[in-house]
Amino acid sequence: MAFLPIEIASASVLLLLLATLVSALLRKNQRLLINAVFVIASAASLTAVAAGIWTVGSGVTGKLTLLIGLPDLPFHLRLDPLAGFFLTVIGLLAFFVSIYSIGYVKGYLGQRSVTRLVVFYCLFLAGMFMVVLADDALFFLVAWEAMAAASYFLVMFEDEHIENRRAAFLYMVVAHVGAIAILLSFGVMAGLATGFENFNGYTFDAMRQANFPLEWATVAFLLAFFGFSAKAGVIPLHVWLPEAHPVAPSNVSALMSGVMLKTAIYGMVRITFDLIRVFPWWWGAIVLSLGLISAVMGVLYALMQHDLKRLLAYHSVENIGIILIGIGLAMIFHSFNLPTMAALALIAGLYHTMNHAVFKGLLFMGAGAVLHATHERNMEEMGGLIHHMPWTAALFLVGCISISALPPFNGFVSEWLTFQAFLLSPSLPNQMMKLLMPMGAALLALTGALAAACFVKAFGVVFLGHWRGHQNTHIHEVDWPMRIGMTMAAVTCLGLGILPTVFIDWMDVLPEQLLGAKLAPSATGMGWLWLTPVAPERASYSGVVVFLGILFVYGIVYFVLHVKPGKIRKGAIWDCGFEKLTPRMQYNATSFSMPIRRIFGFLFSIKEEVKLAPQTAHAAFPQKLHYYLRVRDRFWNWIYKPVAEVSFWISRKVGRLQQGNIQAYLIYSFVTIVVLLLFTR
Amino acid sequence: MEGFLVQTLQIAVLIGLAPALVGWVRMLKCWMQGRTSASLFQPYLDLLKLFSKDIVLAENASWIFRFTPYLLFGTTVLAGAVIPMLSTDLPLAATADVIVLVGLFAIARFFTALAGMDIGTAFGGMGSSREMTVASLAEPAMLMAIFTVSLGCKSTSLSRIVEAGALLKPSLAFAFLAFVLIALAETGRIPVDNPSTHLELTMLHEAMILEYSGRHLALVEWAGMMKLFLFMALLSALFFPWGIAETGKLSHIPIAGAVLLLKLAVSGMGLVLIETGLAKMRLFRLTEFLGSAFLMATLGMLSFFILD
Repeated sequence: MAFLPIEIASASVLLLLLATLVSALLRKNQRLLINAVFVIASAASLTAVAAGIWTVGSGVTGKLTLLIGLPDLPFHLRLDPLAGFFLTVIGLLAFFVSIYSIGYVKGYLGQRSVTRLVVFYCLFLAGMFMVVLADDALFFLVAWEAMAAASYFLVMFEDEHIENRRAAFLYMVVAHVGAIAILLSFGVMAGLATGFENFNGYTFDAMRQANFPLEWATVAFLLAFFGFSAKAGVIPLHVWLPEAHPVAPSNVSALMSGVMLKTAIYGMVRITFDLIRVFPWWWGAIVLSLGLISAVMGVLYALMQHDLKRLLAYHSVENIGIILIGIGLAMIFHSFNLPTMAALALIAGLYHTMNHAVFKGLLFMGAGAVLHATHERNMEEMGGLIHHMPWTAALFLVGCISISALPPFNGFVSEWLTFQAFLLSPSLPNQMMKLLMPMGAALLALTGALAAACFVKAFGVVFLGHWRGHQNTHIHEVDWPMRIGMTMAAVTCLGLGILPTVFIDWMDVLPEQLLGAKLAPSATGMGWLWLTPVAPERASYSGVVVFLGILFVYGIVYFVLHVKPGKIRKGAIWDCGFEKLTPRMQYNATSFSMPIRRIFGFLFSIKEEVKLAPQTAHAAFPQKLHYYLRVRDRFWNWIYKPVAEVSFWISRKVGRLQQGNIQAYLIYSFVTIVVLLLFTR
Repeated sequence: MEGFLVQTLQIAVLIGLAPALVGWVRMLKCWMQGRTSASLFQPYLDLLKLFSKDIVLAENASWIFRFTPYLLFGTTVLAGAVIPMLSTDLPLAATADVIVLVGLFAIARFFTALAGMDIGTAFGGMGSSREMTVASLAEPAMLMAIFTVSLGCKSTSLSRIVEAGALLKPSLAFAFLAFVLIALAETGRIPVDNPSTHLELTMLHEAMILEYSGRHLALVEWAGMMKLFLFMALLSALFFPWGIAETGKLSHIPIAGAVLLLKLAVSGMGLVLIETGLAKMRLFRLTEFLGSAFLMATLGMLSFFILD
């Protein structure tokens, strides 16, 4: 008896829902609860990955209608290659993180009950799977809200801290503003698909068959883009992200940053390329420019952080920007009817989606391991962890190299493909675009270089040098499930980096179905070893040869130099004869980013104060120096503060309606009914 | 088969001649400044001395610190294998285009910066911080200059760029100027960095590798010499690609080799003129320097679309 991929995918969702029931039964035995539920969750994720890989590989679409939901409005499920791709991305990281969680969540044992974390973890995963499986607006929004609500409770997990509650509230507000925009966008499209006579327009199938007039399509696109940007953390809608991601438990941060943001990317691709299909070039220009702004600003803000998880959260803003660059380019090429180039750009964007999920998941897991071992998030108090946590250090380093877009790891491949897409811009018929597009490539290069600087800082300050902290805690390596979860992610990073042709061959059905052009015939035209997008004489890259070439030279040099074993003597570091060096004199996160802070300072609101402590014998010999630095997001003051103040003002005014006596409320109901009757007449 | 021989020969030329190039630059510099110089082969003797010495390793050094010199050497040699110096018909040429090449230099820099932070001195961190700052400003300008060249040949593959042959175009002139400025920054020469100073306020690259000794230092130094060699070779491949053999035949190699030597000797003179004529800049003046490089590359790009 054979199963269809969509049945397998639904089984994985059911398995997750079952896991929530199991956790209700096991809540007395917390250790068993963690073991059982996370094993079920990883099995469910693996099932989803299998369904996803199968769907994309075979290119078939499966459909299912569930007779639940509102009367006459059944839920529609559909697993096509686009959904299958995102199912694979989500499932893969969910698998790694679920294994990791077996170890990580045990850190809470004896401190607090983890039942809530476990239950909402499963609901969160189920919500994300359902979002990509949904084939009608209603089910999509139900799944979307389930995902948002579950992640809200996960952010709130350690709710005794006021900043966690604030972050969760901010997250909830932004998520719902976004959800309203998405709802309105679906409303516009559904209304135009079948008119207001019947309700069948709520299915995506009806929207696919409709032809939208340009102005209404634009309204629908802008609303949807706004809503999905709020979820993805596109600047200027990113402020919730660096607040909410750091305070969530690290396994949840890995999922939120690695894959929850990707559901928004999925939504954008689904609506533009699948539901609306025909659009003018300037939609792509909007996506591209916001992507560029997010990429550059995201990495610059990340450089200013000294909280490890906040730094990673800002990098998510950057990477979402890079993904949007690919998608924006694909939209521009598509609207000018250049399908092969659009395919290259779309593959670049989606490849980065996959890559970012894996390496950001890995980095957040690594940050979680550091947090687990040191109980510290502030990088200024860390250092030298490579001596205590060799596994975590090596795996975190793989993540750092991947995210900094260095060959031969995976981040480089997708950025390289994006550069190639940029270099195709002279084929555009629009003179303006021709001139401006290479600037975009320069901004992308700046982003990559700054990201490398940021991760030298992150890895260097956390893992290298001496311990900077005040208290000398006992630091230990993390346990095996956590190491295995991280190792699998790191191996995937390398695999995606050196075998891009296999991966592109697999996902080539996506551009074929969405854009009507394939990339793989040209990209893998010279065999699996060489990646040659568009044409072999245009550009080529071989991750395998780069990787093996470096290893080969490394091996030879090492061998030649170690034929005759030279002596290695350990000695103290050079201190210029000062003899009183302390670990506090090392460069830390703030001092490392100081030159960049000075160069790009105009983009931040910076408050810096240096004060000499007064009680010194002589002004020339100060004994203590107070340094105060506050770097803040400018968008907070520019956009959010005014909006927050206005909404508080309005709610105070509206609050006057609440008199508290029954007569007033009866009048309100009466007036409402009269108004409604007037409308329906 | 011949192709592999040429490939091996090219790598051997890179590894073997890089110290001589540095010796040549130092010699010219001494003459320009009215000093007597050491021999052309002094860098070889320096390397030999370092290889025969024992290593003194800082107490806090981790595997990153010991891994980096070998990695630096490996990436630099690989970069040398893909740049067409003697011939464009290299078996490894398809491994990496010019963007990957920038990536290879970036990974070497990434690990050097980490090694600087590994030992836990203020110097190392200072060097890493400054180097990464300079690099993050230099890299966009470098890619812009490269893109200007590659837009003209519709390819980012270095072999194609060489085969297309550079013409005297305004866009290339701007890109060339930008590339020279960037090459000065990337190879750590005056006015960005001074390779012959160990003064704490002015060090960039040297501060990162201050704790290296013995064979580690020899490898780091050698990789640095090869990097200078490679940037000059890259300059010639992008802007003066004449004389590079377009076949993999061994018989064409002697002429190509002679032309390469000539070009290196001339670029060395150019470098010495720049280095002697200019003073080292303050760190925060570098934004202007690299900004003008970026501006020049952008002008090149614009003139490609408008004039070419």
